[in-house]
Amino acid sequence: MHIELEKRAAMSPAFSILSPLLALALTLVFGAIMFAMLGKDPVAAMSAIFVEPLLETWSLHELAIKAAPLILMGVGLAVCYRSNNWNIGAEGQFTIGAITGSYLPIVFYDWHSPLVLPLMLLLGALGGALFAAIPAMLKAHFNTNEILTSLMLVYIAQLFLDWLIRGAWRDPKGFNFPVSRDFAPEAVLPAIWEESGRAHWAFIFAIVAAGLTWFMMRYTLKGFEITVLGQSERAGRFAGFSSKKMIWFGFLFSGALAGLAGICEVSGSINHLQPAISPGYGFTAIIVAFLGRLNPLGIVASGLVLGLTYLGGEAAQLSIGVSDKVTRVFQGLLLFFVLSCDTLIYYKIRITWTRMRGGVA
Amino acid sequence: MSMFEAILLTVITASTPLVIAAIGELVTERSGVLNLGVEGMMIMGAVAAFAGAQMSGSPYIGIVSGIAGGAIFSLLFAFLTLTLVANQVATGLALTLLGLGASGMIGESYVSIPGIRLGNIPIPLLSDIPVIGPVLFRQDLIFYLSIALVIGVNWFLFRSRAGLKLRAIGDSHGSAHALGIKVIRTRYLAVMFGGACAGLAGAQLSLVYTPQWVENMSAGRGWITLALVVFASWRPWRVFAGGYLFGAVTILQLHAQALGLGIPSQFLSMLPYAATIVVLVIISHNRRTTLMNTPASLGKAFVPER
Repeated sequence: MHIELEKRAAMSPAFSILSPLLALALTLVFGAIMFAMLGKDPVAAMSAIFVEPLLETWSLHELAIKAAPLILMGVGLAVCYRSNNWNIGAEGQFTIGAITGSYLPIVFYDWHSPLVLPLMLLLGALGGALFAAIPAMLKAHFNTNEILTSLMLVYIAQLFLDWLIRGAWRDPKGFNFPVSRDFAPEAVLPAIWEESGRAHWAFIFAIVAAGLTWFMMRYTLKGFEITVLGQSERAGRFAGFSSKKMIWFGFLFSGALAGLAGICEVSGSINHLQPAISPGYGFTAIIVAFLGRLNPLGIVASGLVLGLTYLGGEAAQLSIGVSDKVTRVFQGLLLFFVLSCDTLIYYKIRITWTRMRGGVA
Repeated sequence: MSMFEAILLTVITASTPLVIAAIGELVTERSGVLNLGVEGMMIMGAVAAFAGAQMSGSPYIGIVSGIAGGAIFSLLFAFLTLTLVANQVATGLALTLLGLGASGMIGESYVSIPGIRLGNIPIPLLSDIPVIGPVLFRQDLIFYLSIALVIGVNWFLFRSRAGLKLRAIGDSHGSAHALGIKVIRTRYLAVMFGGACAGLAGAQLSLVYTPQWVENMSAGRGWITLALVVFASWRPWRVFAGGYLFGAVTILQLHAQALGLGIPSQFLSMLPYAATIVVLVIISHNRRTTLMNTPASLGKAFVPER
């Protein structure tokens, strides 16, 4: 068998929309095969993961809670990736955002004011942006590979959080457990619709961020600059755009959104700091960005899909007794299929069974 | 055995997986392919090796299954990036994410089962030399393999015809293709070699370093490996030196933690990661030498014209 690619004259608009859906379908088929191999009823398993969480109000709220950080970070990363800067340390920026945002409610616990919450969100975004500024600075000034530095900083951020929680910020009344004290009510991100369930404002922020970013990418000069520099640095230079400034912009933008996601998660969902605040949201957000084809509106949809894999994974663990690790396998598979299906947008694929033209390996 | 010898031994154990995985990635990158999935291939190798050793009772079967696990897993990456010309950075990330998830699932039944440690093979005569003998010549098979790999890859890249072709592909896949060199086939092999090495490094983790299965036991080593290749400017002996430098940092911070110098353990644990960043900055700040050393086609997609 022999696979040949032929470049299309232009991007296929049909496949731009179809490819993520095709990827999703392939993931479902493969997932079903995987469950069958594990000796589970594939239909029951798939419905437990992908359908049942959608049938009840409370679990829709949980979905919004899980999707919010994914969308927030995915949107930021998409802008960064579009500009051809590879920030893969969103998990670290999320962690630092959670820490800087928690400074007020933990250190100034007794300061009760309506200003607390907005300041927390601001500090969270600022912390995330500053942490993302490290790989940006190293790339812009020392030409250092941003993929590796941003990833190394994830480990550093997590160890820093661990140190804080086991040391200075540990709850004095917490029986030596590594948790901070619970946030005061003023420091807790409120629910959107309290009578219905616990989904909080992070989801609104995520939708707003996606909408604004979509507008920026489509209708503003900045959006054009990002696209041009991302596709060809040379072309961007001729247009007078600075790729150095773009490094800064991409990282600060994605870092701020990751930081905001971090403080929202801690304030809205967990209500205190603890050593583990994220089930790998920062890495899943990379998948979200790609599944959404780096388009902010697509990312809202893909954030919900990946949020569902978290939720469904937990549900399937309880109902059919499969490991919650299936979540990560699903997510990994999904990214693989997304990337392979994207080939269809740019290329026609021809599969030949005999070597007629020969000579090509 | 003296304290000094004991420290040397632990440094070697910590450095070996870094050297092996980095040597594999070096070959992959020399062919012009950037595979960021080392972490994923390494952890798949670790779980495959552990499973192989458990099922057969022999750590040597474990080694083989670790190598096979890494190589087969890397085929996924090769198919996507070479046949379907998917983005190499994103595909590498996907490989890591999938590897971490899949290994967690495969290894779930192995958690907290005592592992099988790979035994040492003393080399006659040489192992009797004081100090050097017990440190260098009373080692396990994987350590000997790591040395052989460095020598072998160095010879292959710079002394053999096939190595010359591989480097030519990495520097200009268009010209290499025009000369009739099989670009895609060579790259498939290079990626699989990288996968096999990462798998062997993983096997070292679950059979020698800590003979058991722990989820995420690669703990970022795959990423450090990638940094090592840049640090070594794509040269095997520098990879070797760099691997030992990082191994030493890892061990020294452990000893510092044990001594209790008053520095919080978390900050000491940060050291290998922080050292990676510092080293990367030092190595890459000179744009011209970086450009000179980097394989020119690294990370670029290749679609043969016809």
